[in-house]
Amino acid sequence: MSRRPVRIAGRVGFYALLALIVFYAIFPFYWAVVSSLKTGSGLFTADLIPRNPTFENYIALFRDQPFGWNILNSAIVAAVTTAISLGLSISAAYALGRISFRGRTATSFVILSVSMFPQIAVLSGMFELIQVSGLYDSLYGLILADLILTLPFSTWVLTAFMGELPRELEEAAIIDGAPPLRLVTDVFLPVMAPALVATGLLAFILAWNEFLFALTFTLSEEERTVPVAIALISGAGGYEIPWGRIMAASVIVTAPLILLVLALQRRIVSGLTAGAVKG
Amino acid sequence: MTTLHTRRAVIAWSFLAPMLIALALVAGWPLLRTILLSFTDAGLGDFSDSNWIGIGNYRDLIHDANWWRAVANTVGFTVISVTIETVLGLIIALTLDAHLPGRGVVRAAVLIPWAIPTVVSAKMWGWMLNDLYGVVNAVLLGLGLISKPWAWLADPVLSLVSVIAVDVWKGTPFMALLSLAALQVLPREIYEAARVDGVNPIRVFLEVTLPLIRPALLVAVVFRSLDALRVFDIIYVLTGDNPATASMSVYARQQLIDFQQVGMGSAAATFLFLIIALFATIVVTAGRIRVAGAR
Repeated sequence: MSRRPVRIAGRVGFYALLALIVFYAIFPFYWAVVSSLKTGSGLFTADLIPRNPTFENYIALFRDQPFGWNILNSAIVAAVTTAISLGLSISAAYALGRISFRGRTATSFVILSVSMFPQIAVLSGMFELIQVSGLYDSLYGLILADLILTLPFSTWVLTAFMGELPRELEEAAIIDGAPPLRLVTDVFLPVMAPALVATGLLAFILAWNEFLFALTFTLSEEERTVPVAIALISGAGGYEIPWGRIMAASVIVTAPLILLVLALQRRIVSGLTAGAVKG
Repeated sequence: MTTLHTRRAVIAWSFLAPMLIALALVAGWPLLRTILLSFTDAGLGDFSDSNWIGIGNYRDLIHDANWWRAVANTVGFTVISVTIETVLGLIIALTLDAHLPGRGVVRAAVLIPWAIPTVVSAKMWGWMLNDLYGVVNAVLLGLGLISKPWAWLADPVLSLVSVIAVDVWKGTPFMALLSLAALQVLPREIYEAARVDGVNPIRVFLEVTLPLIRPALLVAVVFRSLDALRVFDIIYVLTGDNPATASMSVYARQQLIDFQQVGMGSAAATFLFLIIALFATIVVTAGRIRVAGAR
């Protein structure tokens, strides 16, 4: 019995599987791009390449609704949330990753538990907090709420990164008698830069994609973030769903994320796995 | 010795304090308030104007058929989608781990669904699954696999299938990446030895690879399950508040915001929190996951 045909068949099957995986992963985005370039009745045909491509949907998005504001809102909320989270969690990660003290395990456990919280479990308490502090329908309220997602996540991931650095790193500085704060800023911050980029990027994506809080804590169209704006896009008459415009909005917010992810593939993978696999 | 210990502890806690205070404000306090509100008849307008009614909301909850439907939907959704994602993720990871040309393209492609915001992926699929103009029905009709368009997002059973399909598309990359990370730390010699002995690759996978990556795989499964149990975005965007697909989170938010019954919504949210806490506790005490500090 010859093994060669079997091997060739195996190869072909393998590449067919690869092609299928790639097609499955990419097609929905491709279809969104194609649909966003179609208007009117063209949208209702299954043409794989639009016959008369037009940017009408993209223009309408910015002309008929505050989509530009929505993008800006998302960017502000995600950037501020990420900055606050990184600042607070790098200091916490130093304590959890480099100092052995009583209560370290318990604290790590609490942080891990919070990162597994269902958002809905804090929704009514957060609603009350935001209403009482007058932050309803404002970006400040969203920044406050989103911290529950990014803070435990970034602390957890940075602690994992921090724990992997060699012991010798702080020993020299400790002998020099440097105070702990300078140890963090002068010794750890520089070597943690790549980890901070990876963690910051993931935290940014978390906040950028957040939907439940943004849907619940904002009311006016101008204060909405991108996910809420896309979920609630409606047609002029309110009857017909403007799919072309929804797909245009989807492409606008997705394209930069895809480029970013492709450019920083390795760092993202390292950030994701640092947080989870180190069990 | 003791003073060094104390000094260290003081330093550690002062570095931790800002983060812990922030966490207490955004997580601890709202969670506590949600639990307390679940024992009141609070409405959405004014939280302070509420009365303590004991377990009344919980009694209403367990008599609501829609709530139990939401529980069943959530559990079914979690079990089915996490199972499919694990198997599919493993297949993709094994493919990426085989050092063959073209794996860079596959890895990049697989990252795309992960990068797309959940709301956006739900909308993209919602359009593809549209009963009248969706490309899925168009292709299936064209191939003669179905005779008339299927109502992917309206039919009670099909809509749950659709929701799971979209979650699988979105969640598989995470499983694939974590499985891949686990595969890549395995020593190559194992495979070499097996190949020399001429062992069937499927047997190598089942008897050597799988047991070795099981701990890492289990961590990934637990993370995904916890994520799936609190599912909101995909279901809310694809099928709205429809009881046929509503998850526990969707149900709780509907009570809370649309019906303005903060007490009832908080009770549902607290119930979900307890289920997740219970699940997490079982997993952690079973010793499957060790907390970083205990390493």
